[in-house]
Amino acid sequence: MKILSIDHVSLSFGGLNVLSDVSFDVNQGEIFAIIGPNGAGKTSILNIISGFYRPEKGTVSFNGKDLTHIPADKRAALGMGRTFQNIALYHGMSVLDNIKLGAHSHLNTGLLSALWYWGSAHKEEMQLRRKIEEEIIDFLEIESIRNHPVSALAYGLQKRVELARALAMRPRILLMDEPVAGMNAEETEDMARFILDIKEEYDTTIVLIEHDMKMIMDISDRVLVLNFGQALTQGTPKEVQKHPDVIEAYLGKKK
Amino acid sequence: MHIGDFKETYASDQAVFINATSRFWLGILFVLLLLFPFVAGDYLLFMANLAGITIIGAVGLNILTGFAGLISLGHAAFIGVGGYTAAILSTRFDLPFLLCLPLSGLMAAFFGIIVGGPSLRLKGLYLCIATLAAQLILEFIFVHWESMTGGIRGMNISPPDIFGYVLDNDFKFYFVTLIMVILCVTSARNLFRTRVGRAFIAIRDRDISAELMGINLLRYKTYAFALSSFMAGISGCLWVNFLKTVTPEHFPLLESVRYLAMIIVGGMGSILGSIFGAIFMTIVPEIISTALSSLVHIFPTAMSFLFPLQQVIFGLLIVMFLVFEPHGLAEIWRRIKNYFHLWPFEH
Amino acid sequence: MDIFLQLLASGFLVGGIYALIALGFVLIYKATNIINFATGEFMMIGAYIFYSLMVYLKLSPFIGFPLVIIFAAILGFLVERLILRHMLGQPNISIIMVTIGLSSILLGMAEIIWGSSFRSFPPLFPRKPIILGEIVLRSNLFYGFLMAMAVVAIFLLLFKYAKVGVAMRATANDQIAAFSMGINVKTMFTISWAFGAIAASMGGIIIGNIGGVQPTLGHIGLKIFPIVILGGLDSIIGAVIGGFIVGIVENMAGGYLDPYFHGGVKDLAPFVVLIFILLIKPHGLFGTKEIERL
Repeated sequence: MKILSIDHVSLSFGGLNVLSDVSFDVNQGEIFAIIGPNGAGKTSILNIISGFYRPEKGTVSFNGKDLTHIPADKRAALGMGRTFQNIALYHGMSVLDNIKLGAHSHLNTGLLSALWYWGSAHKEEMQLRRKIEEEIIDFLEIESIRNHPVSALAYGLQKRVELARALAMRPRILLMDEPVAGMNAEETEDMARFILDIKEEYDTTIVLIEHDMKMIMDISDRVLVLNFGQALTQGTPKEVQKHPDVIEAYLGKKK
Repeated sequence: MHIGDFKETYASDQAVFINATSRFWLGILFVLLLLFPFVAGDYLLFMANLAGITIIGAVGLNILTGFAGLISLGHAAFIGVGGYTAAILSTRFDLPFLLCLPLSGLMAAFFGIIVGGPSLRLKGLYLCIATLAAQLILEFIFVHWESMTGGIRGMNISPPDIFGYVLDNDFKFYFVTLIMVILCVTSARNLFRTRVGRAFIAIRDRDISAELMGINLLRYKTYAFALSSFMAGISGCLWVNFLKTVTPEHFPLLESVRYLAMIIVGGMGSILGSIFGAIFMTIVPEIISTALSSLVHIFPTAMSFLFPLQQVIFGLLIVMFLVFEPHGLAEIWRRIKNYFHLWPFEH
Repeated sequence: MDIFLQLLASGFLVGGIYALIALGFVLIYKATNIINFATGEFMMIGAYIFYSLMVYLKLSPFIGFPLVIIFAAILGFLVERLILRHMLGQPNISIIMVTIGLSSILLGMAEIIWGSSFRSFPPLFPRKPIILGEIVLRSNLFYGFLMAMAVVAIFLLLFKYAKVGVAMRATANDQIAAFSMGINVKTMFTISWAFGAIAASMGGIIIGNIGGVQPTLGHIGLKIFPIVILGGLDSIIGAVIGGFIVGIVENMAGGYLDPYFHGGVKDLAPFVVLIFILLIKPHGLFGTKEIERL
């Protein structure tokens, strides 16, 4: 069952063509990887799905629903979680608050009930805290740092907190932009394990941009290769690995 | 120091006053605040009222600038809107004080949204410039709309009363100020225990990713602005009812700068910082004034330096704190507290 | 009808002078991305220094001008080195607030040093008003305009052709690329501040010559904001054209509406315009909307 459809999407900034006629589908519950050289347009695709960029042509459908007229801030409530290439944690808040922020679109407290607090706001906050502790903090093994300011954390832990925050969004689909960038082998293994656990535990679909080929080949179900804003090919990791265009894009032409 | 500090429920883990010690000290503080007017002289009582009224304004500005990251150069003008509204409602329409309070706040919030509204869609920088424009436009209105505001001469109002009980001296007014400060500080603190407060901070830190987390930027920026202006309006109403007069001179651009200095010196993004900053920046002009008047027999024209010296000192405070101690007095306080929490250990 | 042309003409001239001051703002913004709230105060200090040189030291304007240029450059240099250097990496709003604090310091110091009373400049230009048909133009306005335009032209040429100008443009465009090309970015920052201060000071001298100096001259500097918002924060052309438009609009508003409001409309009008621009076209006529990266 298709959960996400990208249909002939094109995007350009001024004269620069970022994406040209890209189409692909993502099936419910699979891990779908997008790979390609830097500047190929991978992050731009995620940004279009998130609603941050507007494509000039083409449509994005989520769960059968056309997203074209849905603004970025409403897409979170639909179940789209997101992590970012350059960690986008909020340095003014602790780990716990950052995670709670992920759940924003699923909460109901308004301005007045927030000012009064005791009553519905307090109840909501307590429920939220319980849910996060039991489902996310335990799951991602970050109990010891929950009250730390995020700026004090090591890079690997920050990435994990970002993942925790994305999980708090109760995502049906999780868009991850280079989740293991800059990590060593052990941290990469940990992150890969978490991603697989998330998929199994919550039946979340994962769309993943990465450069770490080993990890991609290990955990993805299907792969899309982008180059210069165009889709080169897609298929299972094994198929993509053998594709001559892909080899050429990464290694160059055989002389 | 305290040790063995573990919590068994999430509620107690997230409480604002997290252990018995801090609740004890809070209680002591409250009792002291209640006893203060009975022992304080006239001057101190006056200053205490002034500080309290200023705290409310400072908390409002901190919510907007310190927490939500939107600089406002028009805070004094919105305080003025609250003040003039209170004066007009009380003298022309004979509305009771308790009604004037929220109405002044609402009027200020209304003006705030009109002026800030269009630029809330853009980066905070544009809001900053729009608030500057608001400050200047409102100053103009205060001076020139003479039929409503009394122009340069301003307006006088009679002492406020609450259900017949007239607040005709600083002692009585103190308790009103105290209650308003407690209400204001408590609700502001509450805000940051909920998703609304977190949204403000997210907007300040990284507004783009905040949007993708589901935060409607326009709505929350409007909340921040409306709330900040509302508190400014309340502060203005209290100010006018305390001084029993209002003139355009009370709300110049320099006053907006003084409020910015308050939250910078006190600590941006900290409610406690707003309190520290407000008290500090209420005392500083007094110190300058006293220092200058004591020099008058050596330099007869010393008092003419009052205004420019204030400008220099406010500016210096802003620059010095931003460069050397960007988290303000609240941070210094935090370091002191931590030292005592851990004493006699170092770490 | 002839009041219309009169207002138009004098508004145009004063606008040209505003353009110079706005240029001082845009130079700094383009190169360093910093909103300099102290632009008006740079302007005012330039006027006061020049006044002091002329009146107290009895120097001739030909010596006075270069001295003010040097002084302004030093001022810009000091501000950048002593204060802003320490703020690298801090969030934008903190840096903006530092310039707000700076403007307050300069404003206060000017009043302390020179007092709050109005001082009128010794005349720089021949007194005879310029008469074009029915329009009478004050000579200091007219020649001041020419001078401002000359300085603007020099800056524009400098930017386009001189090595330092090209380096500044490169730094403004892309700091990291400029850095890798061997441009010393930190020096560029300092130079931009120096140039910005110079442009503002020159404008200050010219304005001071027209209307005299007092500490509130800095408030004229607040008009920068309507100008650069109208023109676009990062556009030099925008600063110039915005300057002209604001000069004309405020003159017209003042001329026609002042009688109804007992004065003060002239200074207010640009800010009302500002609010409207923010509503309709917030990036101004020539500003570029930055494409944010995520």
